[in-house]
Amino acid sequence: MTKITYREAVRAGLRAALSRDERVFLMGEDVGRYGGAYACSRGLLDEFGPERIRDTPLSESTFVGAGIGAALGGMRPIVEVMTVNFSLLALDQVVNNAATLRHMSGGQFSVPLIVRMATGGGRQLAAQHSHSLEVWYAHIPGIRVLSPATVQDAHDMLLAALDEPDPVFLFEHALLYPQEGDLDESLGPADLEHAALRHRGEHLTIVTYGGSLWKALAAADRLQAEGIGADVIDLRVLRPLDMPTVLESVARTHRALVVDEGWRTGSLAGEISAQIIEGAFYELDAPVSRLCSAEVPMPYAQQLEEAALPQVQSIVAAAKELVTHG
Amino acid sequence: MSHAIAQPPPELTREHALALLRDMLLVRRFEEKTVELYSAGKIRGFLHLYIGEEAVAAGAMRALSPDDRIVATYREHGQALLRGISAGAVMAEMFGRANGCSRGRGGSMHLFDAARRFYGGYAIVGGGLPVAVGLALADRLLQRSCITACFFGDGAVAEGEFHESLNLAALWSLPVLFLCENNYYAMGTALERHQAEPDIALKAAAYRMRSEVVDGMDVLAVEEATRRAARQVRESHSPVLLELRTYRFRAHSMYDPDLYRSKEEIERWRQRCPIKKFVERLREWDWLTDASYAELEAEIGGVVQRAVAEAEAGPLEPVADLLTDTCTPRDRPHDVPVAPQRASPP
Ligand SMILES: Cc1ncc(C[n+]2csc(CCOP(=O)(O)OP(=O)(O)O)c2C)c(N)n1
Ligand SMILES: [Mg+2]
Repeated sequence: MTKITYREAVRAGLRAALSRDERVFLMGEDVGRYGGAYACSRGLLDEFGPERIRDTPLSESTFVGAGIGAALGGMRPIVEVMTVNFSLLALDQVVNNAATLRHMSGGQFSVPLIVRMATGGGRQLAAQHSHSLEVWYAHIPGIRVLSPATVQDAHDMLLAALDEPDPVFLFEHALLYPQEGDLDESLGPADLEHAALRHRGEHLTIVTYGGSLWKALAAADRLQAEGIGADVIDLRVLRPLDMPTVLESVARTHRALVVDEGWRTGSLAGEISAQIIEGAFYELDAPVSRLCSAEVPMPYAQQLEEAALPQVQSIVAAAKELVTHG
Repeated sequence: MSHAIAQPPPELTREHALALLRDMLLVRRFEEKTVELYSAGKIRGFLHLYIGEEAVAAGAMRALSPDDRIVATYREHGQALLRGISAGAVMAEMFGRANGCSRGRGGSMHLFDAARRFYGGYAIVGGGLPVAVGLALADRLLQRSCITACFFGDGAVAEGEFHESLNLAALWSLPVLFLCENNYYAMGTALERHQAEPDIALKAAAYRMRSEVVDGMDVLAVEEATRRAARQVRESHSPVLLELRTYRFRAHSMYDPDLYRSKEEIERWRQRCPIKKFVERLREWDWLTDASYAELEAEIGGVVQRAVAEAEAGPLEPVADLLTDTCTPRDRPHDVPVAPQRASPP
């Protein structure tokens, strides 16, 4: 067991992937000489050379599409897109090619492609670098969407994604990169199907993922001090959703709060709420509650950005409201 | 007819010339049949005909090797048939049957065949180019000698992906043969109304890529140019762009009333019909008699007829299998990693 940062865990995962399989290569903007916009690939160019650590031009659509082609051609590409906002330039390749090729070809071709990108707000980067658009990806049949929130998952989910025959999208919350955690490299392949219960409590279930997990866990600690017990579920896999884990918890706590950094309208929180209502309506003692980002392009000013995002304090408040008045 | 073509080119055999004619006729007659079947409601959805452009696929496919990879557009019946996907499998696909080349999941615009390295018809204009670049990247990294031939229309040239893909293929020296089928229209928008510089081949220079303009109505010119370009790509390990100038005689799709161009313009191009012109040359060379032409037509008529029968007889996929092939089944055996050959990087 070693204590490392999330960023180092991603790097260790990349290094392990590149060492394990000759067909693996990493490409994206500034992944080589620069070392990655978030420094995840620093040092890998020296270690693996320019054929396997490929700096691309600013052509998101084409290097994601080239990842699809390379996967079809027998390679195991890992494509880094700097942030989810830039990935919108490649959405055509994702939605119309990566996700459809297997189906459109009647099962003749599959696309073992991994795409990683940073997501999320909290660093005063304003309205073009801060959004959480994971739900756009989670909407698409034919791909798998992962949201590693812990150091262990940052490493293990990337490696496990290599064994997937279909496209996998990994969302790394940018606030997590410097965060430290324990990595046990002996655990073996990560489970890419199930959510994880990260905290136990009997009064409500908090369902969340990615960067919000840590806020939810901090909130759970504070709630506990006040005598309110919260289950905290880390979804880990955003598509396909592991609803049995959520429903099992809700059946025990009878109350659910979904915390999601995406905008509320059309959010993952909305999908999860609907599925809780469909699957556990008679277990509920109160309406499902949602805490999402305010419906505004992310503002720059610190106090405004803070107010736009779910925070420990607002999670605590929403949980109390749900338990006492819901 | 000028004297220059009174003699066949020295390297051309009668057998090969007749094969080219057969290729073009197969596509023409196959598509004429699909028009009938469309009117009869047997084929639905979008149907984009290649009629008028057959020399491009016929010449190009003869010049590529079976190892090469093909990426095409939604107007790809010609490429698919001439790559060797059976007429029955293509027709069945258009009927939406389970014996179609994409099991009825793709239709006319999405023909696929892994065995023939046919990576599909792409119906997002420009969307196939990045995929072709990636296929070529895989081949470069795995040190294979095949090339990827990527077909697209003049309309795609206005898309960012065209420029990004040419740039990336040239920058990384990837074996892609870009084949632009310039039929002078993107739906109803004429080339000079969508390109500030309508000379498409010139654009390659911006990426230091070799390019050439080819008469896309002349099957021999297309074959010769493609052969030469494919050799360049293979030997120089870098991309080449061919602009094949051609024309579609029919509307953009079955929905198109074709209001944006004059009857005279269409008629002028019809005079240059690649099949008609080639037949005239073959006759001049005494390589085609009325009897042998009739025989060829009859043979192709039979192929098309059998294709329709195969499609008609094809099974419908049960609705219970609706979700099949959205994702690979989880119980599929795990893929085995390729262990590194060397401890340190290249
Ligand atoms: C990205 C995108 N935009 C618009 C369309 C609608 N559309 C289909 S075909 C077409 C024209 C394409 O022209 P061109 O590339 O010259 O090919 P052609 O049809 O002439 O073979 C258009 C606009 C599309 N399919 N994809
Ligand atoms: Mg066109």
